[in-house]
Amino acid sequence: MVVLNVQGLKTYYFTRRGPVRAVEEVNFQLEKGDGLGLAGESGCGKTTVALSLLKILPLGGRIVGGKILFKGEDIVPFSENKMRTEVRWGGISLIFQGAMNAFNPVYKVSDQIVEAIRTHEKDVNKKEALQRGRKLFEMVGMEPKRINNYPHEFSGGMKQRAMIAMALACNPDILIADEPGTALDVIVQAQVIRLMKQLKDKLGLGMIMIAHDLSMIAEVCDKLAIMYAGYLAEYGDIVKIFKEPMHPYTRDLIEAFPSITSEKHSLISIPGYPPDLLKPPSGCRFHPRCKYAMDICKKEQPPFAEISKDHYVACYLVGGK
Amino acid sequence: MEKAIVKVEGLKKWFPLKTGFLQSLTGKTLNVRAVDGISLEIKKKEIFGLAGESGSGKTTTGKLIIRLIDPTKGKIYFEGKEITELKESEMKLLRRRMQIIFQDPYESLNPRMKVSDLIAEPLRVLGLSRGKETIEKVTEIMNAIGLTPPEEFLLRYPHELSGGQRQRVAVGRAFVVNPDFVVADEPVSMLDVSIRASILKIIISLVDTHDASFLYISHDLALSRHMCDRIGIMYLGKIMEKTASDRIVKEPLHPYTEELIKAVPLPDPTARRSADVLKGEIPSPVNPPSGCRFHTRCPKYIGDICKQKEPPITEVSKEHYVACHLYT
Repeated sequence: MVVLNVQGLKTYYFTRRGPVRAVEEVNFQLEKGDGLGLAGESGCGKTTVALSLLKILPLGGRIVGGKILFKGEDIVPFSENKMRTEVRWGGISLIFQGAMNAFNPVYKVSDQIVEAIRTHEKDVNKKEALQRGRKLFEMVGMEPKRINNYPHEFSGGMKQRAMIAMALACNPDILIADEPGTALDVIVQAQVIRLMKQLKDKLGLGMIMIAHDLSMIAEVCDKLAIMYAGYLAEYGDIVKIFKEPMHPYTRDLIEAFPSITSEKHSLISIPGYPPDLLKPPSGCRFHPRCKYAMDICKKEQPPFAEISKDHYVACYLVGGK
Repeated sequence: MEKAIVKVEGLKKWFPLKTGFLQSLTGKTLNVRAVDGISLEIKKKEIFGLAGESGSGKTTTGKLIIRLIDPTKGKIYFEGKEITELKESEMKLLRRRMQIIFQDPYESLNPRMKVSDLIAEPLRVLGLSRGKETIEKVTEIMNAIGLTPPEEFLLRYPHELSGGQRQRVAVGRAFVVNPDFVVADEPVSMLDVSIRASILKIIISLVDTHDASFLYISHDLALSRHMCDRIGIMYLGKIMEKTASDRIVKEPLHPYTEELIKAVPLPDPTARRSADVLKGEIPSPVNPPSGCRFHTRCPKYIGDICKQKEPPITEVSKEHYVACHLYT
């Protein structure tokens, strides 16, 4: 069952210097129990996609085009109130980047989880909410009684687990995790990745994992979307893309990852920097850094074409004219 | 074999913990045993890596070696000469030869200084050059770190640079004085994966052209392996295993090293592992476990000996050192 269908999403930030075209054209689908990895360099619009799905964009940010079909219904025109009662937390919930700092330090974790539940589900009383919080703690591998601690009494890994518990408090269909592994240690990161994969399978969650680290996505997700400067460069089955990356950017990004198991080789990097989205390059936004750029690349944005079943690429090299 | 440029013996650093009033009456002070007796040597022109979880004492070791902080115990040698007790005025002569690159280029660069001043500062402070010569040296290093053309960057402030460019400036500051030994503490962990390699390549080529030795501190074993000649694995202030970087990844001997390698995510969706990850987190360095420090989490725990006796670090095969009772 398709729980989320994003069509032509376009989100700009309106600033005094002009619009920042953060998300220009993003299309993807998420099925129940599926994991989608959204990858790309910093500043390519990954987080903006997540914020758009929940409509919690910062001041100046606005969805200017496209549709977000959540369980078949377009949520773009929804009011704030409707978003709160029908979509946020109970439908789609988000684990913010740097979850360690997302808790309020002066309240107990239990109070914060209870608050989250009661804000989004009006008919639940405090006792029931707390009970649910304890169960969630158990589910993420923490002692239920630790829910009465303050955030500073947790280590980084425990905070991340507590954050996951809190995100699941209203039994969402979709969980978005924004860089869930950064700032965590290797071993704790591996524990968190395993936990997320387990939860996804057990609860049948649709999961969107945002990361610049492809190896983390490779451990959890079934589908991969590579984003560059507001556009999706490539989208499809993760195994297929890793085996045969079609977009030059995807290829570079995959090669930039040293694998611990492969033979020692020289390190590879992508030359140049991602563009300024106030003045994005003409045509394909990747052309200034692309080894294979042709004349047409400088003039026109390549179409997001389905080159084989469920495998989409936006590049003139593969899509034809 | 190349001679060692840096050597440390039985190095310890204990940070006293602030205690409350009642505890101060009993006279007992608690210590955070950040580094608790390590010995290692870094050869000339070698890239040596230190890896391990946070709280294992990697950063403290780096700072101790270049005497940014003073050790509680142990000895530090630089080119065969002991420098543990040198006064700051005497150290100043050595400062040119030992440099450090910090983790976070957003904090390590003074936001009110221009790139030109930032890179020229070490030259000025150490009195190495003036006037025209300084300009030449700064320009030369800017070309080496890839901030080209230099004119475009010289007058910029750090906030006008991207993270990668900032870290290039930090690298430039370390190498402009032509050092013999450089420590880098997680130099790329704040940066995007796509630009990590470019920064590391610049470092490697600078280490090469300056005939310098390099201590690379990182928790990322996949990168360390590609960077380093040898790697030491640290856990709670101790070195658990030490050998050639290829060997440590392919034939790890210490159970902790094995677990660390298992935890590294693979950029390959078909190689997903369901294997168990090490449980729990690193214990407190205030009161480290008795015997082998890793025994509380060790999947290969062999009995009381692990709890009672600390395994010495021994050469198990040529140039492969391990501190584990499995091999004694």
